[in-house]
Amino acid sequence: MTTQSQASAFAYAPAPESRAVVDIAPSYGLFIDGEFADAAEGKVFKTVSPSTEEVLSEVARAGEADVERAVRAARKAFEKWSALPGSERAKYLFRIARIIQERSRELAVLETLDNGKPIRETRDADLPLVAAHFFYYAGWADKLGHAGYGADPRPLGVAGQVIPWNFPLLMLAWKIAPALATGNTVVLKPAETTPLSALFFADICRQAGLPRGVVNILPGYGDAGAALVAHPDVDKVAFTGSTAVGKEIARTVAGTRKKLTLELGGKGANIVFDDAPLDQAVEGIVNGIFFNQGQVCCAGSRLLVQESVEEELLDALKRRLGTLRLGDPLDKNTDIGAINSAEQLARITSLVEAGEAEGAERWSPACELPSAGYWFAPTLFTNVTQAHTVARDEIFGPVLSVLTFRTPDEAVAKANNTPYGLSAGIWTEKGSRILAVANKLRAGVVWSNTFNKFDPTSPFGGYKESGFGREGGRHGLEAYLDV
Amino acid sequence: MPRVTDEHPGVYSRYARRYARLVTMPTAPTAPALGDVTASDSTLRRFLHGLPGVDPVGLEARAASLGTRSIKTTAKAYAIDLAISMVDLTTLEGADTPGKVRALGVKAVHPDPTDRATPATAAVCVYPDMVAVAKEAVAGSTVKVASVATAFPAGRAALGVKLADVRDAVAAGADEIDMVIDRGAFLAGRYLKVYEEIVAVKEACGSSARLKVIFETGELSTYDNIRRASWLGMLAGADFIKTSTGKVAVNATPANTLLMLEAVRDFRAQTGVQVGVKPAGGIRTTKDALKFLVLVNETAGTDWLDNHWFRFGASSLLNDLLMQRQKLATGRYSGPDYVTVD
Amino acid sequence: MSDARLSVFKTYKLYVGGKFPRSESGRVYEVTDSKGRWLANAPQSSRKDARDAVVAARKAFGGWSGATAYNRGQVLYRVAEMLEGRREQFTREVAEAEGLSKGRAAAQVDAAIDRWVWYAGWTDKIAQLVGGGNPVAGPYFNLSSPEPTGVVTVLAPQDSSFLGLVSVLAPVIATGNTAVVVASERAPLPALSLSEVLATSDVPGGVVNVLSGRTAEIAAPLAAHQDVNAIDLAGADEALAKELEIAAADNLKRVLRPQPVDDWSADPGTDRLTPFLETKTVWHPTGSLGAGGSSY
Repeated sequence: MTTQSQASAFAYAPAPESRAVVDIAPSYGLFIDGEFADAAEGKVFKTVSPSTEEVLSEVARAGEADVERAVRAARKAFEKWSALPGSERAKYLFRIARIIQERSRELAVLETLDNGKPIRETRDADLPLVAAHFFYYAGWADKLGHAGYGADPRPLGVAGQVIPWNFPLLMLAWKIAPALATGNTVVLKPAETTPLSALFFADICRQAGLPRGVVNILPGYGDAGAALVAHPDVDKVAFTGSTAVGKEIARTVAGTRKKLTLELGGKGANIVFDDAPLDQAVEGIVNGIFFNQGQVCCAGSRLLVQESVEEELLDALKRRLGTLRLGDPLDKNTDIGAINSAEQLARITSLVEAGEAEGAERWSPACELPSAGYWFAPTLFTNVTQAHTVARDEIFGPVLSVLTFRTPDEAVAKANNTPYGLSAGIWTEKGSRILAVANKLRAGVVWSNTFNKFDPTSPFGGYKESGFGREGGRHGLEAYLDV
Repeated sequence: MPRVTDEHPGVYSRYARRYARLVTMPTAPTAPALGDVTASDSTLRRFLHGLPGVDPVGLEARAASLGTRSIKTTAKAYAIDLAISMVDLTTLEGADTPGKVRALGVKAVHPDPTDRATPATAAVCVYPDMVAVAKEAVAGSTVKVASVATAFPAGRAALGVKLADVRDAVAAGADEIDMVIDRGAFLAGRYLKVYEEIVAVKEACGSSARLKVIFETGELSTYDNIRRASWLGMLAGADFIKTSTGKVAVNATPANTLLMLEAVRDFRAQTGVQVGVKPAGGIRTTKDALKFLVLVNETAGTDWLDNHWFRFGASSLLNDLLMQRQKLATGRYSGPDYVTVD
Repeated sequence: MSDARLSVFKTYKLYVGGKFPRSESGRVYEVTDSKGRWLANAPQSSRKDARDAVVAARKAFGGWSGATAYNRGQVLYRVAEMLEGRREQFTREVAEAEGLSKGRAAAQVDAAIDRWVWYAGWTDKIAQLVGGGNPVAGPYFNLSSPEPTGVVTVLAPQDSSFLGLVSVLAPVIATGNTAVVVASERAPLPALSLSEVLATSDVPGGVVNVLSGRTAEIAAPLAAHQDVNAIDLAGADEALAKELEIAAADNLKRVLRPQPVDDWSADPGTDRLTPFLETKTVWHPTGSLGAGGSSY
């Protein structure tokens, strides 16, 4: 493990991205009906930088009355918004996409500060994907009759959307872009640890001249999310987050007319066969579990490696982990940033301790963790079996469990042996094996000889307890259309 | 000289293990099987084709990702000096004259006349008939003289002619020989012919000259071929593996150099023998050079961050390195009038 | 004082390979407004200009068709952005060319800008409409995808000098083809001005090439050209269209016959996106997991 301070022949000097490109106000309100406003009950909460625990801003905390106001604003805006010609809605979304592109460096720094993920990721992955998502769905707004949902598919109405903290702005884009393109209006609740980029997005809506009430942003905690989901005038609920909360939401909307899509947890298997392109497989494994500190629902958190190449693969993997650079997320050379919150760090820590207690073998590269902030070293577990907690529970952290298999049948059986079904990876140079294995995997996204690739044109979503509904692509329109 | 490390001594390691399944071998668990892979064309082919495949998209993505490393301030100063010390300052033109080669030699010894603290380059690289002139020009310095040989750049000549070419250069005092492999034979699958030719050239180099083996990766075309060629060259005794002649459309790229760095890393892990890498052609800016050094640092490791193990085959690169070095020293951007034209 | 100022005339030029040459023939012809007043001298292209345009379009095809659909969408949207800034200029040119009131000309220009936006959105969606997996009866993965045909000659509509032109050109390049456009013979100026917009819109040189002159004279060599893959006959009359279609048969060019269009501002649908696409279907075995096909 390399830290910025470590001396070596070629120690990279600190290369921090400038914070000056983003101007964070000391406080933010809720964004309702085109205006920033205090919460009805006057409550606020602090959002901190996970890498330093510095307070970044104080944000209004939405409660039930605010949900009421926001839903009413969205309902009022719905009539005109849904009646606009699709080509006009498209142009609003194109404007938003362009403004995001223009402000992408600012938003990348902001996201890194509020979330703790490395600037390399926000700059090279999050922000380009956010802009692309708006660009893609902008194009659909005037083409809905061609999408395969009838000649003139109608929007649902008001969408209540609750998003997680791992990709704050990207998850916002996945929710808002298709909702607006199809003519819905939205009330969106960002996660309590990462509210800032959603509030900056509210400003982008204003720059784009988006009509009032079409987008409403309610920073807050789970209670606000629950109130939003339960609100009787919400026509559509979209949630990304944990499977436990997803089930709760499914119970809440049971018996109503609300359309529901859920994008929940996962325990993705990354299957490496003995004829894999090994150097690239190592990169794919690293990207699969250490991207965003492993706080990714589709992370490849279970490595299933064919026994005949286990030793050679693990040697290479360990060597590679030794080159990962952990530290200041704003440093352009940082690979591994901070864990998003003290709460998440505690969860990772307790699951890892459970893994050790159950006899799995824990390994991390030599790694010095910063003294302030929330940090967890990249971790491998070997000697893991299907029965271990670390092979079954979603850890949502930089922790990889390594299991072995002997035959393709066994690999598939183990990969599918989970209540989840979000993602999987296959590494082999044999095309027919890729397709045969992919056919048998019960997962919504299967990557072969790559991992953690996203594109607005490509549908994403889970099987089984990883949720239902698809986001992205033509398929992503269905969740927001009355079909 | 290749250096034997005590890392993984005698490990019956990965490629040997793959290969062991393919050929009849006494099952001595400690004896690396590599010695026997060159026993025949077919064993050599099976060994080379048994190397793990390369996924081009993944390889290029990794190279691009390392290209985003940000090398600033002290790291940049270190890297620029290192890069200067790794340059094989090259002139390989039909129009080369003693005057041109002498100028190059002087520049190699003292790249920046305004700052004598600037490190010398690793070598000058010339055609065989210019070796004697080059030797004289760098006499008394650390700068080596490298000579291309073996009917460079096409390599289309009889073995005897190629070996005479090498002996000529060595006799004239060349410290290093940059040979080209027979790409035609390689692409025709005649790996043993390529191997034997390298072995013969290595022998002609004797104990005084280090051998760099040029694959002309642009002509080998696929990454799988480049990996196979790398192993073939190392098995045959190359001291360096080198991407290109600089005379074709595609020369050194971050991806093909990354792949070759993986090869030397794996070869040392398996055999204990360290082999150098030389990307050549197309590297013109300091920014590019630093990206290559990042590849070295994060792939082969710090053991290769030395001009005994890594070189840049370049000509115009040096002046850009010097201008960037001046910028770091003075804080203002330099211009082409402040470095020497050769 | 400004009333007394003498204006600077623009020299209208061809657009070939990202450059603005005069016709190699040195010829020009007089372009007049709808009332017969002289507007400008436009280049009168020769068969050699047509040949050069095809070379440029072919050279650009690899890069343009190989660009991601997303990238092509961004570029087409950029054209709309650039046009929006020159709305006044095009309104004047269209009004003069077609004898429209300023208001009606502006509506044509607005519709043309929105048409670029429409097709910008199609670049990364058309494949999802006309391609897809095919459930063949056997252990095979089978996927059909659309690919651009190649170099397309576009005879721009004669009557709608700008909206009509954009309506036929944008879908051709949206799908990854490169185009050789023959502008409206009587009213070529908006097309020649569009070239200036394309040149500053991130559209790579050679993707669109614009020729002005006598449609029949330029179209004949293009219809017969063995390195042209398709031809849109929108701007040809019945007799010319037949003649060109016969010539096009020599190398089996894809031919889009002239379609009667009453109102170019109507919803264009996807009709113009699909004629210049080839469908490629890929088969790949999937097989079973193990030799026995057994389950674990």
